[in-house]
Order: sequence, then structure tokens, then C-alpha cells
Amino acid sequence: MPVSSDAPRPGSGSDTPVLSLRNITKTFPGVKALSEVSLDLYPGQVTALVGENGAGKSTIVKVLTGIYRTDGGTIEVAGDQVEFATAQDAAEAGITAIHQETVLFDELSVAENIFIGHAPRTRFGLIDRSEMNRAARALLTRIGATIDPSIRLRDLGIANKHLVAIARALSIDARVVIMDEPTAALSHKEINELYELVDRLKADGKAILFISHKFDEIFRIADRYTVFRDGQYVGAGRISEVSEDELVTMMVGRSVDQIFPARSHQAGDVVLEVSDYRHPTEFENIGFTLRRGEILGFYGLVGAGRSEFMQALFGITRPSGGSVRIEGRPATIHSPASAIAQGIVYVPEDRGKQGAVTGLPIFQNVTLPSLTQTSRRGFIRLAEEFAMAREYTSRLDLRAASLDQNVGNLSGGNQQKVVIAKWLATQPKVIILDEPTKGIDIGSKAAVHEFMAELAAQGLSVIMVSSEIPEIMGMSDRAIVMREGRMVAELHGPDLNAKTLVRHAAGITEAAA
Amino acid sequence: MSLSDRHIPDRLTSPLQRLFRSWEALLVVVAVAIFITNSLASPYFLNAWNLSDATFNFTEKAMIAFAMALLIISGEIDLSVASIIALASTAMGYAVQLGAGTPEIVVIGLLTGLICGAFNGALVTGLNLPSIVVTIGTMSLFRGISYIVLGDQAYTGYPSDFAWFGQGYVFWVISFEFTLFLALGAIYTVVLHKTNFGRAVYAIGNNPTAALFSGIRVARVKFILFLLTGLMSGIAAVCLTSRLGSTRPSIAFGWELEVVTMVVLGGVNILGGSGTIPGVILAAFVMGLVTFGFGLLNVPGIVMSIFIGLLLIGVIALPRIWSRIAARRA
Repeated sequence: MPVSSDAPRPGSGSDTPVLSLRNITKTFPGVKALSEVSLDLYPGQVTALVGENGAGKSTIVKVLTGIYRTDGGTIEVAGDQVEFATAQDAAEAGITAIHQETVLFDELSVAENIFIGHAPRTRFGLIDRSEMNRAARALLTRIGATIDPSIRLRDLGIANKHLVAIARALSIDARVVIMDEPTAALSHKEINELYELVDRLKADGKAILFISHKFDEIFRIADRYTVFRDGQYVGAGRISEVSEDELVTMMVGRSVDQIFPARSHQAGDVVLEVSDYRHPTEFENIGFTLRRGEILGFYGLVGAGRSEFMQALFGITRPSGGSVRIEGRPATIHSPASAIAQGIVYVPEDRGKQGAVTGLPIFQNVTLPSLTQTSRRGFIRLAEEFAMAREYTSRLDLRAASLDQNVGNLSGGNQQKVVIAKWLATQPKVIILDEPTKGIDIGSKAAVHEFMAELAAQGLSVIMVSSEIPEIMGMSDRAIVMREGRMVAELHGPDLNAKTLVRHAAGITEAAA
Repeated sequence: MSLSDRHIPDRLTSPLQRLFRSWEALLVVVAVAIFITNSLASPYFLNAWNLSDATFNFTEKAMIAFAMALLIISGEIDLSVASIIALASTAMGYAVQLGAGTPEIVVIGLLTGLICGAFNGALVTGLNLPSIVVTIGTMSLFRGISYIVLGDQAYTGYPSDFAWFGQGYVFWVISFEFTLFLALGAIYTVVLHKTNFGRAVYAIGNNPTAALFSGIRVARVKFILFLLTGLMSGIAAVCLTSRLGSTRPSIAFGWELEVVTMVVLGGVNILGGSGTIPGVILAAFVMGLVTFGFGLLNVPGIVMSIFIGLLLIGVIALPRIWSRIAARRA
């Protein structure tokens, strides 16, 4: 078992790494995102970086591309110790990244995108357009892409945009290519083309860091693997010497156990019944029941359609079909206002953009959906507003200087409390929490969990969308797993465990495991 | 419950304390300073009738500025207001040619304003278009229609009792327009600062997505704001046409910029989210006093326009310069 080797020492192979990270540490206020992690990348080989959400994968990418400065540890490129102070430094060291959302310029041509910053010049210092197009075409041909270099990037599909990004990587003569979930938005055929391309890059001697949640991809394409968990290095080795099961164990095995509130679950009557909810592009065939006092978890990978479904249930977007019953009565939800009126509220994942009105004071945020309660004939009654805000913020143990303080000045955890207080003031039947503890510190996390349990005990029905396995396991009575817009499993009791969750979310068949 | 140690106070600074440190307080000081300068600079300034005349410099623009303030706070803008005046005035003049009496003329003026506002609002909220582009378009469109109808002609021959709206006095030197300005100022103050609708306007201007996610009917509120701005332009058209006694297609030309300047001078954030109606009322007085003072000193119109331009830039730049200085000190 390669689980606890001290340093990433691949079993055999005489080759030396082109890039070595040793004991890299990166801390943010209150959070240790990376704690003495190590990572080696070898020329002509694909290394898969594996880990749950929050394991530190995107942080290490940002360290590698010079976006974050490390707080400790060393980076060696071809044996020389280097320091990446800026993104420019990383690019000059030959490291390039192809992101999920490729950062390219839609309004520029393909050739301009490939050569931006280092375009060929004429004698007069102007861009040599014909030379640039010629070189771009040569690069594109090298990776087997048939894209006209003179067309604008925005006219390309996402797969072709990836190809342009890869051509760009080749144009700066990259030694290391980072692919951060490159297949997330690709079709089956496009994924196969990407595999061929990766093989070609390998043949070119590039070292590839491949980040993916999908195990079939990892086993198809990677030569080596490295596993991170909670910002720590867990293990590394050759992919041929590890099984899916071992990888899953390394990913989810808990070192630091979070404490979740103890709950005695007695579910009541059915409050919410959703059947056959569909959307033309985001999700299909979603159906479940939710009982009073129950916490229902929704697990899945990013992009599985969980938030999209929740937003349709809350009336932000319209489903193309399906029905909802609230306490047995058929309900139509055509706007957030009507969802709120019928007792369904939604705490969005993106607090700053969708949850809190950060430019307004706390009390005005709390009363925003309940203004009809605190007013008479449309006229505001400040005393009643403050009374409502006081009641609900104290229930949530909010920490703030005054209720007149702008929400934007609060910490993430306290902003979340304001958003939850806002919804409790509407006295809902169902509260949907979308990644309720994402990006908040451990202390606030525990407070939110505690409170969730309390709400359920008081008879509120909770839907919790989470990408964190311990949270799903620690909090939910039942969990639904979604993958690619579909419900793939409904788990409870002993079935509700980390391995089963990961398997269903990643689409690993039982036979393979 | 032992909440005593955790109790969060409602407020730390009293509303009165806030008032003294506000932009509005600064505007009061500026207005008083201009008032004193003017009375020292010209012997004709401190005269009740002259001062009363001076109010006509800003009353019509200020009426539009109230609705515009709400629109800008909500994150939108309407640059077609002056063209709505032209179209409404043209419609009123056309009605006069057909023999309409004063009540019909007024109704037609207000209705034209409402229809123009509804048109802007439908384009912005229905099709999700940016209001700055939509209203630059309708700015040309509405005035263009006036030019086609009128050519180089002018409508005159308004009934004599129609003149009261722009030339009548309610009491002594207090004109109907000035009274209407104060009344509308009071109404808009209440609407923006004391109603749920006003709260929704602030929420939308601060974060339209979070407002929508909080159950506010964002599109409906914005549509109503465009309607209000159209209606106020219609009211301004009635007053201005009545005061001038004629309609030309160039009527109220360039007013949209003065209205926006007034709103921004009043402390409304051009990016939306904050501002007050009392601020806009004070800004109207400041601009009126400056215009009047320049008039008494025989300052040419073009200098006036330079001054308005500098004022607009200064008002936007000052707070930013101020915060940079404050940041450097800290």
C-alpha cells in the first residue's frame, strides 16, 4: 500500500522529475490550504492529482502558476531551485495551465490568442500577421486540430477552445502542462480527442499534471498519481500499482475528524414531494420526498446539476416539466417570491453575489423578504424591523458591532448567518442550503451544523447541497447523489458511506471497484 | 437567556450624527455660501421676485431628477427624458390644433410621458437590454418624431388658462411650479425612504441578483421606475410648455445631462445603490443659485455650460480623491 510513504517515491523508473515541489505550505487567514505537500512531475508522463473538494488541488495549481506565493517549501525546475513571484515567472519556467474555464480572449482571433504577449514582429515592430497565422497553423496541425487561425475565438466550441489553449501552451515551449478538469465540459467524442492529444504531448516529452474527479479518465490516461487530502500529501505512485478502491480510501480516509452534532431523527409527515423535475439542459428526472424534520443531503461533483435543480425549485429558472406538492397540495413555483410565499427558501452557494446585499445594513438584509410583515400598507416601520432583525440574529448567535452595520463588513461565516436569519424570518417549511459551509472557518462551520440540526429538530425540513463527504455523512438522514444532471442513488443507513458516495458521484461501476 | 453580553446594539451612530457628516450637510453649506456670495456680488439678488424667478431655472429639471434619482439608485438610467419632454410637448401642441382644452392638453402631456416611460421600461426589463443604450436610442427616436411632426414650425396658441401651470402663483411670490417641486420632493422622499418600494430600489441597486433571490420582483420595480421617470418628464413638459407658451422640437434640448448632474451632485452614486432625495432637492437649489448668480453677473451661457461640466466631474472625482488621501494617511 502506497498510502503512507513519506515522500513521493514512485516505485521504479530511472527518470528524474522535471518539476519538484517539496514541503509546500500555504495559509490563508484561518485556513491552512496546503500543509507541507510534495508533488513530482516527470517528462513524458501524466500525473493525476486526486482528492476531494477542498483537498488543495486548485491551491497547488495557483502556486505552480505563480498566482499564489507559498509560505514555505521549495520548487525545483529541472534541478534548479526557483521562486515564482509572479505569473510571468511561472510562464518563463515553462509552466502553463489549461483551466476548466479557459482564460482566453473571445474577441481576438485564434492566432492572436496563441501568440498574445509573444507575437512575431516585423522589422518595424508591428505584429507580423502572416507569420503569426502561419506559425499558429503549424502549432494547431501539430496537435491535430483543424482550426482556421484567423477566425475569432468566440466562434469556437469549448473543445476547440481547449485545443487553442494547448496550442498556446506549446507556443511558449511549455515543459509542464497543467490540465484542471479539462473534460468537465466536453462530449464523449471530444474527450477521446483530448486523450489522443495528451498522448501526443507525452510523446513530445511534456510533463502533464492532470486534475480530475473521474476515475475512468485517471486510469485511462495517467501514468502516476498523487493524492491530497485536507491540504496534506497522502501518497503517490504508479497508477498501474494501485486499484480504484485504494485510491478512494486514500482520498476519503479521515485524519482530522470533524465533530457533528448528535441527532435523533424522527421524520414527520411528507412536506415536499418533487416528481420528474426536468430542465432542457441542466437536469432530468429528479424526484424525491422530504419529511418534516428531515435533513436530506445532495451530493455530487461540481457540475452535477445540484444547484441548477435547487434554483429551479426556488423559481429562479423554470423547469421544462415535473411537479411539486407542498404538504400534499400541488404547487406552482414561478418566481422566488412565489417559492418564499409557499414556504421554500434557498441559501445560495455564492453568498456575496446571490445571498447577501452587502451594501445594505444587517437589519435591512434580514427583513428584505419579510417587508410586508414589518410594514403597514407599504410603509416601513423601523422599530418592527429592528425587532425582527434582533430576534433572528440572536437566534443565530451573530457577531456584529451593530445591526446597522453593512453586511459587507462581516466575515463569511457571519454573512452566512445573516442570510439564514433572513430566511428564518419568513418562517419557511423547507430550507435549501447550497454548500452552507463553503469557505467559512471551522468555528462558524460547527455553528452552522449545530444550527441546522436544531432547525430540523424544530420541524423544519432541510435540503443540504454539499460537496464535502464528511458534511453529507455527518448531517444528512438520507442523501441523494447526482451525476451529470441525473439522480444516480438515494442512500441511507449503512449505505450512506464515503466510498459509496464517491463511487456513485464519479460513476465507478461496482464491477470495477 | 443570557444575551446581555452578546446583545448587538441596533445602531452605533445616531441618525443625527450621521446627518452632520453627510453629503447633504455639505450641500447645505455650499448652498449657503453661494447664497451669501451672490448677495454680496449683485445688489439685485436679494429680491423676493428675482429669487422667485430664479426657481424656474431648476424646478422642472428637479421634478425629473427625483424619479431619475430612484432610477439611478436602482442601477439604471434614462437619458431620453429631455426628448420625452419634446414629444409630450409636441403631442400637446398637436392636440391644441385639434381644438383640445386645457384638461385634455394636460392629460395628453402626462399620457405621452407614461407611454414613453413604458416603452423604455419594456425594452430594458422585457428584453434585458442595458438602459444606457436603450435610452440613447429613444433619446434620438422621441425627439426625431417631434422634428418630423413640426419641422421648423412651432406650435403656439395654447389656451390662456393653460399658462397657469408655468406662470401662475399660488401665494405671493410662490409659484405653482415651486409648490409642485416641493410637494413632489416630499412625496419622493417618503417613497424612497419610508416605503417597501424604496427599500426594494436600494436592494436592487446594491445587488440585483441577491434582491431577486430574496423574492423582490426586480423587473416589476424597474419597470415602475421607468414609468415614473416618463410621467415626471410629462409633468415637466406640461410646466415648461405652459411657461414658454409654445412648442419647438428643440425644447428642453440637453436637459438630460443637467438632470443627471443634479442627481449626482445630490450624492446619488452613479453606479447605483445609494443616494437620497433630500440630497437631490439641495442639489437643485445649489444649481439654481449658481445659474441665477451667473445670470446676474452676465456670465455667458457657454461658461455656464463649462461650469456644469466641471461640476459633474468634480462631484464624481472628489470623493475618490478624498478616500485616496485618507488611505495614504492611514
